[in-house]
Amino acid sequence: MSHRIAVNGELHLVDAAPDTPLLYVLRNDLGLNGPKFGCGLGQCGACAAIVGGKLTRTCSIALRDVGEDQVTTLEGLGTVQKPHPLQRSFIDEQAAQCGYCSNGMIMAAKVLLDRNPNPSEEEIRNALEDQLCRCGVHNRVVHAVRRAAEALAK
Amino acid sequence: MTDKDLSRRRFSQSLGIVVAAFALAPGAAFGQASGALPFSLRNNRRLEGWIRLEPDETVTVFTGKAELGQGILTALAQIAADELDVGFDKIRMVSADTSRGPDEQYTFGSQSVEQSGSAIRAASAQARGILLAAAARRFDARPEGLHTKAGVIAAPDGKRATFWEVASADLDLLKGDITAAAAPKKPSDYSIVGKSINRIDLPGKLTGAPSYVQDMRLPGMVFARVVRPPRYGAKLVSLDEAAVRSLPGVVAVVRDGNFLAVAAKREEQAIAARNALASAARWSDEAVPLPDIADLRGELKRLRAETIVVGAAGQSEPVPDQVKRVSGEYARSYLSHASIGPSCAVAWLKDGRMTVWSHTQGAFPLRGDLAKVLRMPNAQVDVVHMPGAGCYGHNGADDVALDAALVARAVAGAPVKLQWMRDDEFAWAPFGPGMTMRVEAALAPDGKIVDWSYDVWSNSHAMRPGQAGGVNLLAAWDLGTPFVKSPPPHIPQPFGDGDRNAVPSYELPRKEIRNHLLLDAPVRNGSFRTLGAHGNIFAIESFMDELADVAGSDPLAFRLAHLRDPRARAVLQAVADKAGWIPGKKGDGRNGRGIAYCRYKSIGMYAAVVVDVEVDRETGVIKVPRIVMAADIGLVVNSDGAKNQLEGGIVQAVSLTLKEQVAFDRREITSRDWSGYPILTFPEVPNVEVILMDRSDPSWGAGEGSLPPTSAALANAFAHATGRRIRELPMTPERVKASLS
Repeated sequence: MSHRIAVNGELHLVDAAPDTPLLYVLRNDLGLNGPKFGCGLGQCGACAAIVGGKLTRTCSIALRDVGEDQVTTLEGLGTVQKPHPLQRSFIDEQAAQCGYCSNGMIMAAKVLLDRNPNPSEEEIRNALEDQLCRCGVHNRVVHAVRRAAEALAK
Repeated sequence: MTDKDLSRRRFSQSLGIVVAAFALAPGAAFGQASGALPFSLRNNRRLEGWIRLEPDETVTVFTGKAELGQGILTALAQIAADELDVGFDKIRMVSADTSRGPDEQYTFGSQSVEQSGSAIRAASAQARGILLAAAARRFDARPEGLHTKAGVIAAPDGKRATFWEVASADLDLLKGDITAAAAPKKPSDYSIVGKSINRIDLPGKLTGAPSYVQDMRLPGMVFARVVRPPRYGAKLVSLDEAAVRSLPGVVAVVRDGNFLAVAAKREEQAIAARNALASAARWSDEAVPLPDIADLRGELKRLRAETIVVGAAGQSEPVPDQVKRVSGEYARSYLSHASIGPSCAVAWLKDGRMTVWSHTQGAFPLRGDLAKVLRMPNAQVDVVHMPGAGCYGHNGADDVALDAALVARAVAGAPVKLQWMRDDEFAWAPFGPGMTMRVEAALAPDGKIVDWSYDVWSNSHAMRPGQAGGVNLLAAWDLGTPFVKSPPPHIPQPFGDGDRNAVPSYELPRKEIRNHLLLDAPVRNGSFRTLGAHGNIFAIESFMDELADVAGSDPLAFRLAHLRDPRARAVLQAVADKAGWIPGKKGDGRNGRGIAYCRYKSIGMYAAVVVDVEVDRETGVIKVPRIVMAADIGLVVNSDGAKNQLEGGIVQAVSLTLKEQVAFDRREITSRDWSGYPILTFPEVPNVEVILMDRSDPSWGAGEGSLPPTSAALANAFAHATGRRIRELPMTPERVKASLS
């Protein structure tokens, strides 16, 4: 069954069951790598994308429930050649080790900065509370988000 | 294996020794290896096996070590670029690939810079020397008069040629055995090593470029999932496969003994089929009796054990009279790797060859065990490293590689991507074993330790694939014709197993240290970051504070009084200065500060750390506002990269210390998702400062040494704040409240 879905500014037709979690559509039908499978339970945040302006666990939302909402993934922010200021600041702060959780960190930070362009360190930590990181780069992530906020303000 | 092997004088003694090339005759070099070559070169002698100049004016550098998220490929590229004299951006790294790279066994033990780094340094120095000599012939000049920079060789008379121009005149120029006769540069001449160069892999990973084994997509690839038994020891009694086979997209149901898996065209179909298969399977009620987690400390001591004295001194001398005897018993829980991404592999059986892409730490040892289980010759199995989610030791990577290969055999011709689900990882990957440690010491009236007696009880932390006597892969034990587990290897001090860092680095005139290797392994055991060092240093450094207290000494002064090694004293002094350590300062019931020291593996990096805590006496929650560490890792290859590793280890150690324990009842693992196995979150993460000592001595790995002292300093800070000591990890709110009541 075909579904229309708007991802990163483009409309796609995908042939998947309506209850397919969005994560697998993004990864396997659209070939995107940003959202990662972490737990499938909505607990870790590795699969996060922005759906209709909201930070969304793509492992836990069915394709049919995405509807007309615009989906933005890590790829929709920037590229290696032209990174988004958040991606640029994550690189500048070397705010990753394995990088597997970084997608969720960057997407959550994007939603935060859209709502609050000048967050304090504490606000950043609270906004990222549900994004799990195991390598222990949390402080670098907080610094990267601050740095991006400053870059975006210029 | 140690930095002793790296001295230049000993390099030159190896001149002229020729052994077979790994690329031509795998394994043939065993038994002929020179003791003087860097460890990784001994069985990988061919220069072209490490370095190749490419027609596009890049340099390919091969390493047997794998990128685990620690930034090793960046550090190794820095070493190669510096020693070769080419631009850093010209280096292309090829990592841990049995089809085209050196066998460096495992990426573990914080040894990649030591082992692969020194091999690449020797290979690069030789390659540069050969290029210089060839250019000298071409220019009709003397090699000593030539100058190399950024891949260009220049003569005093203005003649110039690039490395690639020189090499293109003779395709065999850079082929031959590495003799390590060419002297590498002096550290003072390094221009790229020592710089905080950004990780080469991060721009791709941070923008969604395909980077991980999870991102691999091959033509005709199918998706697979496994169904594991509900508990250790359960056997598959019956299975109603028919309903599963008819589910949408299902292409194969694989059943072999107790091994169950399913493959489907789409990933969500494979997951749905996995759930259906789990419902369709009936398992026996059998179970391996698990320890009583409420008394883990005692339970471990009751398991069958093999006891070895791993360190002793002064035992023929009597203990002096007039001593105060002090003792303490400590424990830590079983620990999960808890990587954010479950283990994953891609396997493809094509034209009689099995290729497996894996985030394993040991591509070559895994290849060997896969070949055994698949009953294929080694030469028909390849393992190619691809990055996965964070790796902190022997996780499910190897197991899932076999799972994928077993499914690939059932759908021959089609590549198979198999990722574990979250509960597969939490319930079935090897754990860092639980540990019990007991210390007893005697203090002389002058406050000096005059006797030390130590016991550690733990399962082996070394159950990786590739070990003799069996196969260490999960599915192999479940097959209809099962394989047996390899027995644990004997790992002598100073590396050790559960006894890693059990022998204190302090000056102790009389001591005996016993390792009780537990022979019954009810909970699956394996290598987690630092092996036994985490538990042993937690115990030793907690106990040092307890002794200091009895002796009426300040914890810093007490440690310094038992340390002669100037580098040990230097990190303690540096961290005390940076943190503003005030001798004799008392905790106030809520706020406290602790210190701890560790020389990792007794021969590696030094670290000393000061941890501040705030204890909420009502909720039992320990907050950690600030941690300062001073570390001596010898010559620093990449300062920011090393700091990132040390910081990450500190944060992970706080998480282990405050929160982490694998939960089980008497029959099965019960912590199977993130709510059952919580880790530290953003608001709980302390501010961390790391000071790197400035040294030009040989490099030591920085991947592990920051964890053990951090746990101990945190426990010491709690004791300092409250006057109560918690001797069992994790220091959960329940334990905190119990200790304060």
